[in-house]
Amino acid sequence: MNWTWFHKLGSPKWFYEISGCWLPGLAWAAGLLIVVGTVWGLAFAPPDYQQGNSFRIIYIHVPAAILAQSIYVMLAVAGLVGLVWKMKLADVALQQAAPIGAWMTFIALLTGAVWGRPTWGAWWVWDARLTSMLILLFLYFGVIALGQAIGNRDSSAKACAVLALVGVINIPIIKYSVEWWNTLHQPATFKITEKPAMPMEMWLPLLVMVLGFYCFFAAVLLARMRLEVLRREARSSWAKAEVKARVEASR
Amino acid sequence: MSFSTFAEFLAMGHHGLYVWSAYGITAVVLVLNAVLPVLARRRYLQDEARRLRRENTP
Repeated sequence: MNWTWFHKLGSPKWFYEISGCWLPGLAWAAGLLIVVGTVWGLAFAPPDYQQGNSFRIIYIHVPAAILAQSIYVMLAVAGLVGLVWKMKLADVALQQAAPIGAWMTFIALLTGAVWGRPTWGAWWVWDARLTSMLILLFLYFGVIALGQAIGNRDSSAKACAVLALVGVINIPIIKYSVEWWNTLHQPATFKITEKPAMPMEMWLPLLVMVLGFYCFFAAVLLARMRLEVLRREARSSWAKAEVKARVEASR
Repeated sequence: MSFSTFAEFLAMGHHGLYVWSAYGITAVVLVLNAVLPVLARRRYLQDEARRLRRENTP
């Protein structure tokens, strides 16, 4: 396997250039997929035979919850890469992804509460799935707070990487909480090995929304990382040239 | 189409308040996440432009 791309990731300049090419495409894909998925899910998918129309909250609840967990796994991978290969870009990715992950967890918890009220008769129950998701939100807060509390960039990167790696133990707990404990929460909607438990015309808009949320995350992450790279590299000649070019273009 | 009238679509079978508030809050969060980095970038470039101008005028 060719590993040149991996070593190139160590170069902020290379990242800045390549991400500039990807960003518009990802942003358009995210917008398009989310709009199509929302209209499809809200207006065209058939109502659930038990829950009626309140089930339509699934089209934001499940993508947000999947993203919340995927982003945390990404934090842990970035942390590992940063610790092992001392790659500075890994710390940028970790720091910039954490707030997006926290927002996704917030959306999952909030839409879950709004969905739980008409379905279970309660906004919140201390059930294993809900509680482990709440812990995920606090883990994100921990990473964000730790990143901002330590002034020295290198020590802060190390501390955040360790916290992200330790916290990743929570991800299998979230995933299997619905199987290990008696929960009010229903089992997983997406299974790789089995056919979906819902009819295709309900499941396809959900798939579109999940893809849309992934593209949205990628686009926002790249936009945030590009600004952070520009800030951290402010003294290098390429960053100065880029800022100068942008400033002159906006005049 | 799963609804026959627009009023039915808005009502969501008595669950309108739940469905629309969930979608509304999510939309606000997503828009904020998308717009804030763009504004931050613009602000950074404006600050840098000001700094460059200051440094270039003796």
